[in-house]
Amino acid sequence: MSPILQAEGLQKNFGAVTAAADISLAFEREAVVSLIGANGAGKTTFLNMVTGYLRPDAGRIRFDGRDLVGRAPREITALGLSRSFQIPQLFQSLSVRENLLVAEGIAGAERVEEATDALLERFALQEYAGRPAGVLPEGIRKLLDVAMALVAQPKLLLLDEPTSGVAADEKFGIMDLVMGAVRGQGVTVLFVEHDMEIVSRYAARVIAFYDGRVIADGTPAQVLDAAEVRRYVIGDEHAAA
Amino acid sequence: MKQGLLAGIVPVLLIAAAWAPQWLVFLLALALAKGLVVLGLLLLMRTGLVSFGQGLYFGLGAYAAALLAHRGGLADAALMIVAGPACAAAVAAILGLLLARYREIFFAMLSLAFSMILYGLLVKSSTLGSTDGFHVQVRQLAGLALAAGAERRVFFAVSVVVAFILTWVLHRYLASHWGRVSTAIRDNELRVEYLGASVYRVVYANYVIAAALAGLGGAFAALAVGHVDPETTYWTTSGEFVFIAILGGDLRGAAHRCRAVRAQRLADGARRGDARDHHVPAGRPVDARAQESVVNPTKSGTDHVFSGRTKTWSVPVFWIFE
Repeated sequence: MSPILQAEGLQKNFGAVTAAADISLAFEREAVVSLIGANGAGKTTFLNMVTGYLRPDAGRIRFDGRDLVGRAPREITALGLSRSFQIPQLFQSLSVRENLLVAEGIAGAERVEEATDALLERFALQEYAGRPAGVLPEGIRKLLDVAMALVAQPKLLLLDEPTSGVAADEKFGIMDLVMGAVRGQGVTVLFVEHDMEIVSRYAARVIAFYDGRVIADGTPAQVLDAAEVRRYVIGDEHAAA
Repeated sequence: MKQGLLAGIVPVLLIAAAWAPQWLVFLLALALAKGLVVLGLLLLMRTGLVSFGQGLYFGLGAYAAALLAHRGGLADAALMIVAGPACAAAVAAILGLLLARYREIFFAMLSLAFSMILYGLLVKSSTLGSTDGFHVQVRQLAGLALAAGAERRVFFAVSVVVAFILTWVLHRYLASHWGRVSTAIRDNELRVEYLGASVYRVVYANYVIAAALAGLGGAFAALAVGHVDPETTYWTTSGEFVFIAILGGDLRGAAHRCRAVRAQRLADGARRGDARDHHVPAGRPVDARAQESVVNPTKSGTDHVFSGRTKTWSVPVFWIFE
């Protein structure tokens, strides 16, 4: 089966800073893949290029047989690729329910109210349904952000640090809800993460970035044990501990 | 509840159209006309945009309606009421292609610039009466001749019904999916795009709707005053709309029109009280004379607007825009 997402020779520079240097990756369907790397390694730049927020200086991105470079984010969403954000992008003045109603309406859901209720239940957000998004705890904001991304029923879901800023005792609960929501839906999940416990537990494949390059690609055990990853991503002291 | 209250105001205004003194009918008609402009402005504000150039469409609507009667020989109020918003929407459909790409101060300044371009053209156009403008006399509505003296009452009654219908339609629009998307755009454009909707198209549509409402307000204003002049497009007029919108708050039923009535009453009060002292030129529309009659802003005067001193805010409303 052909990969759902394929990047070939992606390059992106911001002045003298190289955020992506010849990145070539392919992602199989229904896989759960984690992108790791230190800040500035190029993970989010990769996500931004795939989702149309940034245009690569060179290279190609193919999603489900279609070229993505040059397409607007909304066109890419329409093709079946959705994303959540490191800082949740919500409609602050609207309630949780209204946030989902907007998303359902844009996605063209037939029974918007019922679909919204189902989504609230699936992400355990009923308790917060009437509260404005601007006053929610960070963990709930993250969940809502992911729930909104899933409304379009994507084939590929990109999550940018889904547990960052979340209390340690909540991070697994959030990931369990997210993974439970996509399980059996035929969704490929690609998530950026700094927490190696999360990476080890949920990803089947890990790709490590450093300085705009891919330095390791394999199973979590292989990648987290790689010398370059221990040196540049995890840190030797942390790895030794 | 709010819709019921709004519907309850309609018969009161219709009774006022028949029985109220002419000065009150004039005041209410002008306030309602401006309220329509503000209704559109609030739609733009719901999308996160503040236009300082709605005077462009208010003036276009007024001139389009007036020219139909004055030069086109079609002195029928029904046609004029259609011509105003149609002309405004047509121009907005072109300018909106550019303006829908801008946000915040850039949108505000560009919209202001376009309104001032029209002002400049009108002032220099002797065929359109230059700074004096020209009079409009209409005594016909949809082919029916109106009795002398009753025409303004009829036009006001029509404006009440039209304004009520449009308020209800806009209320439905804002309660619909696309209305929610407008609010969502104000909060977070990036997310709207990533959900798969075109922010540009929604902003463009709202801009054209707001312009059509402003054009309609202009047409009703032309019928109420019986005169059009370039002041309708001047920045102080646009600023007045913004101020009424801010006073009215978010799109809450008839609040903005109540504020328009109050603002209009204050303008008329200022005209009556101060006109003698400030040598207002004759032959100008009442509203323009009212604004010109107010003294220049002073720091202490404008400070009252923001100080929460409720007894003194009303007069400086107009100082700000002088």
